[in-house]
Amino acid sequence: MFDNFVVPDLLPAAPELFLAAMALVILMVDLLVKDSRRTVTFVLAQLTLIGCALIQFSTSTGEITYTFSNMFVDDLMSDLLKLFLYMTVVIVLFYSRGYIIEREAMNKGEYYVLALFATLGMMVMISANHFLTVYMGLELLSLSLYAMVAMNRESVVSTEAAMKYFVLGALASGLLLYGMSMIYGATGTLEITGVAERLYSGGVNKSVLVFGLVFLVSGLAFKLGVVPFHMWIPDVYHGAPTSVTLFIGSAPKLAAFAIVMRLLVNGLITMAQDWQTMLIILAVLSMAIGNLAAIAQTNLKRMLAYSAISHMGFMLLGITTGVVSGDARYALNAYSSAMFYVIAYVLTSTASFGMILLMSRAGFEADNLDDFKGLNKRSPWFAGVMLMIMFSMAGVPFFIGFFAKFSVLQAVVAAGYMWLAIVAVLFSLIGAFYYLRVVKLMYFDAPLDETPIQAGMDMRILISANGLAIGLLGVFPQVIMSLCAYALLRSL
Amino acid sequence: MSTYPLLSFAIWIPIVAGFFVLATGSDRNAPLARMLALFGAIAAFLVTIPLWTGFDIANGGMQFVELKTWIPRFNINYHLGVDGISMLFVVLNAFITIIVVAAGWEVIQNKVAQYNAAFLIMSGLMNGIFTSLDGVLFYVFFEASLIPLYLIIGVWGGPSRVYAAFKFFLYTLFGSLLFLLALMYLFIQSGGSFSILEWHKLPIALGAQIWLFLAFLIAFAVKVPMWPVHTWLPDAHVEAPTGGSIVLAAIALKLGAYGFLRFSLPILPDASHELSSLVLALSLIAVVYIGFVALVQEDMKKLVAYSSIAHMGFVTLGFFMFSPMGIEGALVQMVSHGFVSGAMFFCIGVMYDRVHSRQIADYGGVVNKMPKFAALFMLFTMANSGLPATSGFVGEFMVILGAVKFNFWVAFAAASAMIIGAAYSLWMYKRVVFGDVGNHHVEELSDINKREFAILGVLAIATLWMGLYPQPFTEVMHASVTDLLRHVAISKIQ
Repeated sequence: MFDNFVVPDLLPAAPELFLAAMALVILMVDLLVKDSRRTVTFVLAQLTLIGCALIQFSTSTGEITYTFSNMFVDDLMSDLLKLFLYMTVVIVLFYSRGYIIEREAMNKGEYYVLALFATLGMMVMISANHFLTVYMGLELLSLSLYAMVAMNRESVVSTEAAMKYFVLGALASGLLLYGMSMIYGATGTLEITGVAERLYSGGVNKSVLVFGLVFLVSGLAFKLGVVPFHMWIPDVYHGAPTSVTLFIGSAPKLAAFAIVMRLLVNGLITMAQDWQTMLIILAVLSMAIGNLAAIAQTNLKRMLAYSAISHMGFMLLGITTGVVSGDARYALNAYSSAMFYVIAYVLTSTASFGMILLMSRAGFEADNLDDFKGLNKRSPWFAGVMLMIMFSMAGVPFFIGFFAKFSVLQAVVAAGYMWLAIVAVLFSLIGAFYYLRVVKLMYFDAPLDETPIQAGMDMRILISANGLAIGLLGVFPQVIMSLCAYALLRSL
Repeated sequence: MSTYPLLSFAIWIPIVAGFFVLATGSDRNAPLARMLALFGAIAAFLVTIPLWTGFDIANGGMQFVELKTWIPRFNINYHLGVDGISMLFVVLNAFITIIVVAAGWEVIQNKVAQYNAAFLIMSGLMNGIFTSLDGVLFYVFFEASLIPLYLIIGVWGGPSRVYAAFKFFLYTLFGSLLFLLALMYLFIQSGGSFSILEWHKLPIALGAQIWLFLAFLIAFAVKVPMWPVHTWLPDAHVEAPTGGSIVLAAIALKLGAYGFLRFSLPILPDASHELSSLVLALSLIAVVYIGFVALVQEDMKKLVAYSSIAHMGFVTLGFFMFSPMGIEGALVQMVSHGFVSGAMFFCIGVMYDRVHSRQIADYGGVVNKMPKFAALFMLFTMANSGLPATSGFVGEFMVILGAVKFNFWVAFAAASAMIIGAAYSLWMYKRVVFGDVGNHHVEELSDINKREFAILGVLAIATLWMGLYPQPFTEVMHASVTDLLRHVAISKIQ
C-alpha cells in the first residue's frame, strides 16, 4: 500500500525540520523550567537558530533543488535570505531578553517558542514553490505574531493591537487566497514554476488571471505594509510590546520580500507589465504617505512604523524595474538591488527598535520621541549609535542606507524611469526631516530625564556592534551587494 | 613626486584624529581633546604641504593619483587626484582647520571633544570632495560633510540654531539628491563608469546636457550659494559658532564653485555655453543686489555672510566667461575669500566673545580699547572691499579684466560692485571701530590676547602675501585652467 509513496528528499529542508523539532523540544523543556531559570529556554532557542545556520551552510549546494513534489525549493536566494533571517532573529531575541524579563506577563517560554515558530513560517515562505506552501508559511508566521502581540495580557493597547492585527491579517490572507484561487482557475496549477510554464506556453484566460493578480498583489501589499494596505502597521507597531514590534519590524520583511519574488517574479514574470504598474502606484503612495505621516508622529514606534511603510515602498521600486517593455535585461540588477535594500533595512530597523529597548526599563517604555531628548548628554556613545541609525535610514553616506537607496535608484534610472527616481528622492528629502528631528532631540535639546541607561552588558555590546555594522557596511557595501547579485543570478 | 598616498593622508588623518578626539570623552579631558585636535590638524596640514611644493606646474592633468577598486558591483573606484584647480583648496582647507581649532580654544567650554572632532572629520571629508575623481566618491563625501556641520550649527550655535541647522541640511540635501540622479544618468550613458575623467570625454546630446546642467546647477548653486537659493547661508552663518562660520565661508562655499569646474564645464560644455547667460545673470544679481542687501544689515555676521554671497557671485561670474583670466581670477578670489572671510568671521567672534552681541549698534569706538585688534580688523576689512595689495584685489581685478574683454556692461556691473563692497565693509568698520566709546560694554573691552593675535597675524600674512605676490598661487592653476578651457571649447554633441 506504500508503493506510491516516495520518500521526499529531506536534505533541502533540513533546517526547517531541525527547527520544527527543536521548537517542540523547547516547548517541552520549558514546562520543566521555573520562571527564575528561563535563561535555559533562551539559550536553547539561540542554539537552535545557530544550529539552523550551520545546517543551512553545510547542506547548501548552490543549485536549485525542488522537493516535496515541487512544493518546496532550495536555492541560493533562499539560503542567503534564511541566513540573514537567523541572524536577525538571534539579534532580536538578544535585544528582547532584558525587556521581557522586566515584564512579568511576557517572561514565559512561549515567547521564544512562538518566535521560533514564526521563524519557521518565514523559512517556509522563503522556500515556497507552491501557493499552498506560501499560505502555510504565512499563516504560521502570522498566527505566531498575533499571539506574541497579545502576550502582554494586562495591556489594553496590546490586546487592541493584536485584535486589529488579527482581523486585518485574516482579511489579507483571504485576499491572497482568493487571488491564488483565481490564478489556479486560469492556469490549472498551484505550483509556482508550473504557473510560469503555463503562462509561457500561452492560451490562458487573461481576464481571470489579471483579476487574480489584483487580489494577489493586494494580499502581498498587506503583508508588506504598503499604502493603501498599511493601516495596521502604525497601530500594531505602536500597540505591541516593543520587543514584539522589533520582531515584526525586522525579520518578516525578508520573508515578505521572498514571497513577492516567488509569486510575482518566479510565477508571474510574463505578467510583469501588469503587476509592475500596480507596484509603482503602491510604491509612490507608500513613499508619500509614509514620509508625510511620519512627520506628524510624537511616538517613536509610530514614527518608525510610517518610516517602515516608506522604506517598503522604496524597496518595491527595485522590483518594479525588472522588466522594461518586455526586456528582462535589467532584472538581475533590479531584483538584487531590492534584495540589498531589504537586508540593509532589516539591519537598520533592528537597531532602531533595539535602541528603544535599550532605553526602556521596568515600567518605562522610552518610546516617545521626547524620551530621546538630550541623549548625547546621558550617553554620547549611544547617541552616536542612534545618529548612525537615523542617518542610515535617511540615506546619508557613509551608512548602509545610502547604498541601499543608491542601488535601487540606479536600477530605476537604468530602466529609464527618471520621473520615478525624482519622485523617490523628493520623498526621501521629506523623510530626512523626521530622522533629522530625532538627531536634533538627542543632540540639541536638554534631557528630560537623567536616569542612567540600565541595559545589561550583552545588550550594550550587541547594539553597538549593530550600529557599527551599519557604518562599516556603509563604507564597504560590496560584500552584501555582490552576495545578493550572485544569489539571484544562481536562482532566477 | 612622492610615493606616499598623500591625498589619502590628507583625507583620513583628520578623520582618524577626529575619532581619537571623540574618544577623550567628557569635558574633564577637555585640555587633552584640544591638544589632540590641534596636533591632528597640524599633522593633516603638514601632509598637504608636499602637494604644493611637489606640484608639477607644467602638468595640467591629475597628479598624486590614487586608484583602487571600491565597489566593483557598480564600478565605483576609490580614485583620488589633484590638479591645479583643486590642489590649493586641499591646502587651504587643512590650513583653515588649524585656525578653527585654535579659534575655539577658550571659547568652547561645552562638549569640547565633540566640537573639535566634528571639525576634524569635516575637514577630512571636504578634502575628499576636492580630491575625488569618481562621481560616487565625490557625492559620498559631498553629502557626508553635511552631518558634522549640521551638528556644529545645532549644538554650539545661537538662539535659532535648530531652524538654521534644519534649513542648511535640507536645502543642501535637496540640491545634492538631484545631483545624484544626474550622476546615475551619466553612469548609464557612459556604459557603466563613474569616472569623472571619462565623463569629460563622453559625448552627450544637447537636450540631455541641458537637463544635466540644470541638475548640477541646483546642487552647486545651493552650495555656492547663488541668488535666489542663498537664503540658508545668512541663517547658518548667524547661528553657527565662530568656527562653524569660518569653515562655512572659507571652505564649504568653495565646494559648489569647485563643482562647476569639475562637473558642469568639462562634462557639459555645450550646455554651459548655452546657459552661460543664465548663470552670468544670477551672478550679477548676487554681486550687485546682494551687495546692497549687505549694506543695510545691522548684524555684523549677517553683513559678512551677504558679502560672502556677493564675492561668490564674482567667482561664478569668472567661471562662465570661459576665459583664462576669468577662471584664474575666480580661483584666486576663492582662495582669497577663504582667508579674508575666515578672518572677518574670526574678528566678529573676538568681539562677540567679549560683548555677546553682533549688532553693529552695540559697538562704537572699539579702537580706543582694542588698538591692536582694530589695526588687524582694518586690514581684513580693506581686503574684503578689494583694496590693492591685499588678496581681495587680485581676484576681483582679474575677473573684471576678463569681463571687460567679454562684455563691457557685465564688466561695468561687476566693477560697480567693488564700490558697493567698499561701502558696506568700510561703513560697518567705521560704525563699529571708530567714534567715541559707545557704551559700558565697549568700555570694558580688553585687547586681543596672544592666541587671537597669532591667528589674525597668520591670516594677515596670508592675505598680504597673496595680494603682493600672487605668483605661487596663479602659476599652479595655469596649466589646468588652459586644459579645462580647451575642453570646454570642444563641442560634445554628435
